[in-house]
Amino acid sequence: MRLLIVGIVLTIILAIISLFIGVSDVSLATLLSSSPQDRPMQVLVMSRIPRTLAILLAGSSLAIAGLVMQIIVRNRFVEPSTAGTTESATLGFLVVTLLAPGWPLMAKMLVSAVFALGGTALFLRILRFVPLREVLLVPLVGIMLGGVIGAITSFFAYRFNLLPSLLAWNMGDFSSVLRGRYELLWFGLAGTIMAYIAADRFTVAGMGQDFTTNLGLNYKRVMTLGLIIVSIVSAVVLVSVGSIPFLGLIVPNVVSLMVGDNMRRTVPWVAVLGATFVLLCDIVGRLIRFPYEIPISVVVGVVGSALFLYLLLRKRHNA
Amino acid sequence: MIITSGLKKYYGDTAVVDDVTVELPACGITSIIGPNGAGKSTMLSMVSRLLGMDAGSVTVDGLDVSKTPSDVLARRLSILRQDNHMTARLTVQDLVAFGRYPHSKGRLTIEDKEHIDRSIAYLNLDEFRNRFLDELSGGQRQRAFVAMVLCQDTDYVLLDEPLNNLDMKHAMGMMKLMRRACRELGKTVVLVLHDINFASWYSDYIIAMKNGKVVRHGDKNAIINPEALKEIYEMDINVHEIGGHRVSLFYD
Repeated sequence: MRLLIVGIVLTIILAIISLFIGVSDVSLATLLSSSPQDRPMQVLVMSRIPRTLAILLAGSSLAIAGLVMQIIVRNRFVEPSTAGTTESATLGFLVVTLLAPGWPLMAKMLVSAVFALGGTALFLRILRFVPLREVLLVPLVGIMLGGVIGAITSFFAYRFNLLPSLLAWNMGDFSSVLRGRYELLWFGLAGTIMAYIAADRFTVAGMGQDFTTNLGLNYKRVMTLGLIIVSIVSAVVLVSVGSIPFLGLIVPNVVSLMVGDNMRRTVPWVAVLGATFVLLCDIVGRLIRFPYEIPISVVVGVVGSALFLYLLLRKRHNA
Repeated sequence: MIITSGLKKYYGDTAVVDDVTVELPACGITSIIGPNGAGKSTMLSMVSRLLGMDAGSVTVDGLDVSKTPSDVLARRLSILRQDNHMTARLTVQDLVAFGRYPHSKGRLTIEDKEHIDRSIAYLNLDEFRNRFLDELSGGQRQRAFVAMVLCQDTDYVLLDEPLNNLDMKHAMGMMKLMRRACRELGKTVVLVLHDINFASWYSDYIIAMKNGKVVRHGDKNAIINPEALKEIYEMDINVHEIGGHRVSLFYD
């Protein structure tokens, strides 16, 4: 508990640092010496605060989506990007962009979420034919499914000259976040809160269908709730900032090693560490070639794959 | 009392449970015995609503298991299957506490905590209570699962081969615990057992299954005799009486 508070304080400090990184000169001194209508305050309110909030919201909710997914699939190596969820959300976003380009972002996000739900449900359906004890087969199936859906998406994007947009969606990036363009991410926070409220139900579902039924819970209903949370979070993050790989994999795994799998205990940890991790990666991406930026998906991808390899090898040692 | 009537389950064309109509008496230990593939586990799964039936019905104290809300049943009847493969990293304490879920829905009261402590103590798990399940041996984990089911504090406790992975000492301890739960707390315990000597020594009532059907049922002495055992297992089994208990010898 005390450690968690340290984590929260650390996140807040990082968030404040993040507010003052950028090309425009925004600092306490310039803020105080200029009027609220001047550039420093405007940059802070229009760009820096939205960006930092977007990072916190996206980081925590994506990590939670990974956690929920791992608990309900009962596999350590699944997350939205290894289960076809992200790819399905992208396909949905492409479809709605093609067919109803004038719709508000909110409606597009919902279509994307519905596709994500469908794709993930398909993944779970396929898993019924796979021996679940083959731990690594499960994410492999998901990655393959994601590949197929991704190929369909690319095909249509190519036909309709939308490949550049597709690339932009796939590449998670916080640099274009401005006020008015990130607010959907608050749905991610709603997902996190839902995961916390239903934490006991998810933990029970993570014990398997028989245990769940024995304890009087409806297994299918818990699974559906989990899928809805995962789909909405994936879609919201995708349409707001693009996809961020590995995040949902690393953070829950680290937390599981630290405090186990009782979700009542892990949800706060996963949310805080997810936010901190993305915040750190974003700060690194912004500083490494200052004043240019490296997209968050690249930084997370590099750091994440290294961490993931470490987790994999460590696991082998223990087993 | 648990009553099954016309209970059937097919896998493809084979009936694994074939028209089983039987009464399991309330209070005391009932053991279900029989050769491999007799349909014992399948029947237990249907009785506990883990598995849907193809025909027939099951009632527990008059409640039809396929119609009664699952959370109502969870306060009456608990079930532990064999081979529980758990990937979640939970501590023994957490696992056992989830046994209270049907009563408390996650908000543990003082009474719940007493149940948890008692169950952990009953199964001698005190020294492991803060360990994760994946850090325990197979037998310790099995005891943790039983502690969870016991913590659920239901009138009916159904256990599928609870002695799996247990050494002699803990197997005996488990059976004594079940007997105590029946005598002191008035529970009804239904076990699938492979060791007929455990069944003979500790049960009150025995149901023998073979090829999906109940071939015999009755007080234990009606089953533990050479003639009945020959019919069930298709082999000659000598039965000796030692200190008022019947012991079967089937080593050749």
